[in-house]
Amino acid sequence: MERNRNKILIYIILAIMSFIMLVPFLWMALTAFKTVGESTQMDPFVIFPSKFRMDNFKEVMNNVNFVKLYYNTIMMIVLRVLCAVLTATLAGYAFARLNFFGKDFMFGLVLFQMMIPSQIFIIPQYVMVSKLGWTNSMLGLLFPGLVSAFGTFLLRQAYMGLPKELEEAARLDGCNIGQTFLFIMAPLTRSSMVALGIFTAVFAYKDLMWPMIVCPDTNKTTLASALSKMQGQFSSNYPELMAAALIACLPMIVIYVFFQKQFIEGIATSGGKL
Amino acid sequence: MARSKMTSREKSEFIWGWAFILPTMAGLIILNIFPIFSTIYQSFFKTGDFGKGNIFVGFNNYAKVFADTEVWQALWNTIKYAIVEVPISIAISLVLAVFLNGKIKGKGTFRTIFFLPMVAAPAAIAMVWRWLYNSEFGLLNHILPGKTNWISNPNIAIYSIAVIGIWSIIGYNMVLFLAGLQEVPKDFYEAASIDGASGVQQFFNITVPLISPTIFFVLVTRVIAAMQVFDVIYMVIDNNNPALKKTQSLVCLFYKYSFTQSNKGYGSTVVVVLLMVILLLTVLQMIGQKKWVHYN
Repeated sequence: MERNRNKILIYIILAIMSFIMLVPFLWMALTAFKTVGESTQMDPFVIFPSKFRMDNFKEVMNNVNFVKLYYNTIMMIVLRVLCAVLTATLAGYAFARLNFFGKDFMFGLVLFQMMIPSQIFIIPQYVMVSKLGWTNSMLGLLFPGLVSAFGTFLLRQAYMGLPKELEEAARLDGCNIGQTFLFIMAPLTRSSMVALGIFTAVFAYKDLMWPMIVCPDTNKTTLASALSKMQGQFSSNYPELMAAALIACLPMIVIYVFFQKQFIEGIATSGGKL
Repeated sequence: MARSKMTSREKSEFIWGWAFILPTMAGLIILNIFPIFSTIYQSFFKTGDFGKGNIFVGFNNYAKVFADTEVWQALWNTIKYAIVEVPISIAISLVLAVFLNGKIKGKGTFRTIFFLPMVAAPAAIAMVWRWLYNSEFGLLNHILPGKTNWISNPNIAIYSIAVIGIWSIIGYNMVLFLAGLQEVPKDFYEAASIDGASGVQQFFNITVPLISPTIFFVLVTRVIAAMQVFDVIYMVIDNNNPALKKTQSLVCLFYKYSFTQSNKGYGSTVVVVLLMVILLLTVLQMIGQKKWVHYN
């Protein structure tokens, strides 16, 4: 009896929390379909728009080149994921499985980088990018994501978990180190590569300061940084702002809902492995 | 290790090893290691106006930082944010994780919902919260009694910002705790139930001590992240917001000095100070953990 009551209480708390988590998203969506008049009407307060108009979406699409922003964002994400996974897979294997002079010191540098707040890198990185003439370009967006200390650490952990016998067998079969890595070991860490890829993608998507600094041009920047500009542009026309926010968020949310297991494991469990 | 004595296996491990780590290490040294020293070096310079170059000023920037009330206020704002955001988000997410670790229907759905803010752009999240907080037309003031200036009242704005931070991070913390809870053997709870321990007692006497390493990990990483808060404050608080001075964080100041005012020397000094504060807080937590974290 008491057990049941507790259970019901737990469901009620979980339901309330779910509601609190969803309200901002629902409010974003509902506001995006309202007219300015509906959104600022207080008496009576309007929760649902009288009809689902697409006007706000059309208006922001006319003002902001979302196709270009999506292209920039997706390209940056894809390139950062490829760079991170590729370099971290190689380095992670060497740090986990090979013995060579200088390894410990170099791995120390990897750990050191992970402990430093990232703002400390930003000014010198920006100076390099502007000296190279990469501001307002894809290379500029990609720049800090060329390598990943965190990814190297994550992949090293993955390789350390694989049995030694595999490599010995490959060696007896005449594989050199490169072949052993490429054909035997790397394929076995696929799940960690996916985790690192998702982790990298989500944080690249969410990054705000770097694209703002390095690509101030509205057509060269990412969704996140363009949104921050729109706030000034549409000032207090909240229905249009919410339409823009929704356009920027929805695709990622849809992908997330379909692959939620991979997302959650990729982001949180790799975050937890530090 | 003398090179002449290397066996062919050692030689090949050396060559392959360096070939494999070379891209990462080259990148890390150029993108991260060099910038650390460059930023520290830069913090001893005054950035000249109109590209006049750098003037070495020794510890002047640091003296200026320590006398700068704006920096002290920003440090205090950042600490206030962290003091609210970190413990509350950890407490809520720990309780939610314990609930979801039990026999609950729709576990996956709840987890998906709580984690949702993690995949939304912070700029979009900040915009919608700003709209919710709007003092005239916002949903919150419609539901709650009174007319609160959530984000323009200097006394409460930083806490309103912290609420957004809590809302954004609960799901992430919760998933880390869920992973920690998987390691707790179920028979501990069975034994406690037989002894008549209530759910609340079990929570404090079994769950918390057993996953204290996870709590410690979340605490350390969350404090570090909270001290670097920027996105939400930058998006929610306009330059003409009366609460600006009472909400801007150290990273906001760093951004303003370095990129709005192009005073990279002073910006570097602020970020070096931030690094020191974070290191100090981390070391203190490392020392403090001996009192409450149980490794087994």
